[in-house]
Amino acid sequence: MGDFERKVERFIEIFINQNGYVKVLEGLKNTLLIAILGLVIGILIGTIIATVRVVPKYKVLPRILNGFCSFYVGLFRGTPMVVQLLVCYYVMLPLMGVHMTGVQVAILVFGLNSGAYISEIMRSGIMSVDSGQMEAGRAVGLSFGTTMVKIVIPQAVKNILPTLGNEFITLIKETSVVSFVGAADLYVAFSYIGSNSYEFMVPYLVMALIYIVLVMIISLGIKIMERSLRKSDRRN
Amino acid sequence: MPALEVKNINKSFGQTSVLKDISFSMEQGEVISIIGSSGSGKTTLLRCLNFLETPDVGQIFVEDQCIFNSEDKKSLKDSQIRKNRLHFGLVFQSFNLFPQYTAKQNVMLACELLAKERPDYKANKKQILAEIEQNARNLLKRVGLSERMDNYPHQLSGGQQQRVAIARALALKPDILCFDEPTSALDPELTGEVLKVIKALADEKTTMVIVTHEMDFAREVSDRVLFMDDGLILEQGTPKEVFDNPREERTKQFLKKLTD
Repeated sequence: MGDFERKVERFIEIFINQNGYVKVLEGLKNTLLIAILGLVIGILIGTIIATVRVVPKYKVLPRILNGFCSFYVGLFRGTPMVVQLLVCYYVMLPLMGVHMTGVQVAILVFGLNSGAYISEIMRSGIMSVDSGQMEAGRAVGLSFGTTMVKIVIPQAVKNILPTLGNEFITLIKETSVVSFVGAADLYVAFSYIGSNSYEFMVPYLVMALIYIVLVMIISLGIKIMERSLRKSDRRN
Repeated sequence: MPALEVKNINKSFGQTSVLKDISFSMEQGEVISIIGSSGSGKTTLLRCLNFLETPDVGQIFVEDQCIFNSEDKKSLKDSQIRKNRLHFGLVFQSFNLFPQYTAKQNVMLACELLAKERPDYKANKKQILAEIEQNARNLLKRVGLSERMDNYPHQLSGGQQQRVAIARALALKPDILCFDEPTSALDPELTGEVLKVIKALADEKTTMVIVTHEMDFAREVSDRVLFMDDGLILEQGTPKEVFDNPREERTKQFLKKLTD
């Protein structure tokens, strides 16, 4: 055990004295930034796609949009996140002549990727809302869009909140691949500490611990949100 | 001038013809009950009036103004349908209140959202919203729910929910109020309170079309009764004529089954 104690001492020394904590805080900030903004973008894209996919398809425009959305979802669910990051950073951006930092690329790709997944979650949520709600909204003269936004989607979101929480947790953990495009997340921070101390056991252990704590906090947050949304529900 | 005139409405779902050349008209302040067995097309007719279904063929006029014509593509446009829909209010069998809003918000919601489209909304916002809220309060009072305005639908009984739904349908001041079996989801005790509200509306000369299985109520409240069978209006007349002296064999059968 003496060996382990020495390793812990070494970790603490680098963490505190050699600015390790700065790296970790920076990494934590980036991890959260990528996951949260990714989720926000994902919810926006996902809601739009889900709405397009439940629009009645008598007309041409909804059909074309629907085809495009299917393609989009197929593309982003069909390739690994790492590949999407690499393609975006090393292929798309240079081709378009745009410069973005690693973190920005990561936020973009995480948003696009989770948008594909959330669209399916949202679609199942929308379909779980009784069709009478849409009819009631339309019968009082609201448009399809307004009825969706004001009546159907709030109920759908309530139904899918646990699944959305799941998606957020997945995003938090998947941020550990963003170092592929040079974004400094938690993994990068602890690797830095590890390679400076020539010792990886404690840093990676602490890293795992931080992920667990993050996920636990998120789970708690979702539970609280669910409870407050249940106010108008008989299932409380 | 008839308040509502329906001409030659036809509607099929796939191969099944649900409405076959339905025509009828009604005057301002008239109450029409539509009776008939399940699957006779009563509900579909009501849904066509409210544009929840689009008739394949036919025309609908409100106060001599054509609001639907299957030949005229312009009347089929979404924005046009939305506007025309406001001539009608609809009360559903299963209430369909919005569960995330309180009773009062349910009544106000559509008015608030539609008010935003008014050109003078920004200038008179406060006043418009105050009017809408006052209107909602009055309506809920009228259906006997002054005490339950801030309750969510799940905190209300079925009868109370249906009365909120009636207030919601009235909020937009429709020309014609439609009821789709308003008491079918309620037990007999709760049915009474909803029927009382509808009766009061009839006494105030509200133009109403009521699809119902409550024969005694239809007899009491309506000026005219339509009997529908297999997508046709088989017989129509005053409640006395239809209930006491039905001409058609099919009507007799239907009424006899109910009394057995």
